[in-house]
Amino acid sequence: MEPILQVQNLTHTYSVGTPFEHVALDGMNFSVERGEFIGIIGHTGSGKSTLMQHLNGLLKPTSGKVLLDGKDIWSDKKLTRQARFRVGLVFQYPEYQLFEETVYKDISFGPKNMGLSKEEIDRRVREAAGFVGLTEDQLQVSPFDLSGGQKRRVAIAGVIAMEPEVLILDEPTAGLDPVGREEILANIQAYRRAKNATIMMVSHSMNDVARLTDRLLVLNGAHIAMDGTPEQVFARARELEEMGLDIPEVTRVFLRLQEMGLPVEPVYTMDQAVAALKRLKEGNAHA
Amino acid sequence: MSEAIRVEHLNYAYPGVDDTPGVAVFTDLNLTIEAGTFVAVLGSNGCGKSTLAKHFNSILLPCGGKVYVCGLDTSDEELLIRIRRNVGMVFQNPDNQIVANVVEEDVAFGPENLGVASPEIARRVELALKHVGMYEYREHAPHLLSGGQKQRIAIAGIIAMEPQCIVLDEPTAMLDPRGRKEVLDTVKKLNKDKNMTVVLITHHMDEAAQADRVVVLHKGQVAADGTPREVFSQVELLHRIGLAAPETVELCYALNQQGFRLPLDQPSIEECAQVLFNTVKT
Repeated sequence: MEPILQVQNLTHTYSVGTPFEHVALDGMNFSVERGEFIGIIGHTGSGKSTLMQHLNGLLKPTSGKVLLDGKDIWSDKKLTRQARFRVGLVFQYPEYQLFEETVYKDISFGPKNMGLSKEEIDRRVREAAGFVGLTEDQLQVSPFDLSGGQKRRVAIAGVIAMEPEVLILDEPTAGLDPVGREEILANIQAYRRAKNATIMMVSHSMNDVARLTDRLLVLNGAHIAMDGTPEQVFARARELEEMGLDIPEVTRVFLRLQEMGLPVEPVYTMDQAVAALKRLKEGNAHA
Repeated sequence: MSEAIRVEHLNYAYPGVDDTPGVAVFTDLNLTIEAGTFVAVLGSNGCGKSTLAKHFNSILLPCGGKVYVCGLDTSDEELLIRIRRNVGMVFQNPDNQIVANVVEEDVAFGPENLGVASPEIARRVELALKHVGMYEYREHAPHLLSGGQKQRIAIAGIIAMEPQCIVLDEPTAMLDPRGRKEVLDTVKKLNKDKNMTVVLITHHMDEAAQADRVVVLHKGQVAADGTPREVFSQVELLHRIGLAAPETVELCYALNQQGFRLPLDQPSIEECAQVLFNTVKT
């Protein structure tokens, strides 16, 4: 089957012809398969946000192409418009974009713009609210009376209600406490399972991407520096550190253990670390 | 040691809108922060961290009880200007705190408002920018800087007011790892070199680990209070109130559930590796 998204030689230059001219993406290539959960990591200025905004046609490539289902999203106005609905974008701190009187109205803004029937809009609002764990009562309150974590879930529901095939989120858990983070991450996974949706998540939390994603794209200096499974990417922990990225603390502990001479493979999740140390200890007990 | 901040039987509720009842945040909170210390305040969303911070420079006033800053009662209106001079605040979003079009003018804004003489302002701005490592950017436009750089400009603006205390409310929440490190290093230097009292509100355990003392708030009460080691080793308490210990401690805790017997007060990477090395080697 054809990849859902293909990025071909994508280049984007900001402020062309001015002293501030800046190449944010430089000849990027990758494709995304249906149903994949991809983590995107890279420090500020590596091109993450610029890339995201190309995937649903908010930004137009300076050169190169973005293909959705094999078709260039800029080849026809209709396709550009479709891309905006089929690829949903949740920005950083999306709760600052809430504006309606009630949670219900805010979530229905996207589907309304799609020109859906009243019944279909209602179904989608309720379903989206369900995915993010909002109750029936909460649909009728003002979004501004909710807590920060709840507001963010409303904002995510607003994008989910458009039922995008690809859901892209820019740091969806930034600024939340551990419980709030887990809730949002569980919401995203619930949506993915129910709709077989493709997820792309920008995150600075290496623990989250290590645990949840199938594949990681590491951006550095307008290029894709690495593209592989979390295992493959975190095996290059030292390079990640040189790019100014965090690596999971358990990975760091294991790198140190290697230096100290223990026969351990690199790990990147807590479960792996526990299993590896248990094996090692039991191995010694039997020896 | 003298006290920088003293909170006595603090009671605070946000007023209700129309007929809705207010939201009680604190009913009886007590806390003392010694001058010259670096204190991290942790807690899950809604525990009262930011509400507390706003009491430290009279943005919010107690409904009951007292808050003293450098011995000054924050509810005494006459003292307001002295209190604001003594306690500088840095907030989460760097874009909301920049007021000028040029970095050095932005840093000068605080001392100008305090009525400091021009030559003295110039001297303070230069020192403050050097302190945060942004002197070479003094003629740049703030909005073209990175998030970490903007926060350092905001901190320089506080330093130029020469307060005794700086309160930072999640200053790194919107920053990437590099920006976070820049801000944390700046804050630590401020505490060490200028002996400024630092109150850092954060969600990041690795940031709290660098403080002298960690105070954990839960539902408007102090749930834990001690050195980072003492607080982080209370893993079960942290879990119960929706927080997590640093990953190193969580790893040891998870292993203890599987029959290991590891200490929980060794949070650094080096310490954790040493503990693990010793236990599997034998």
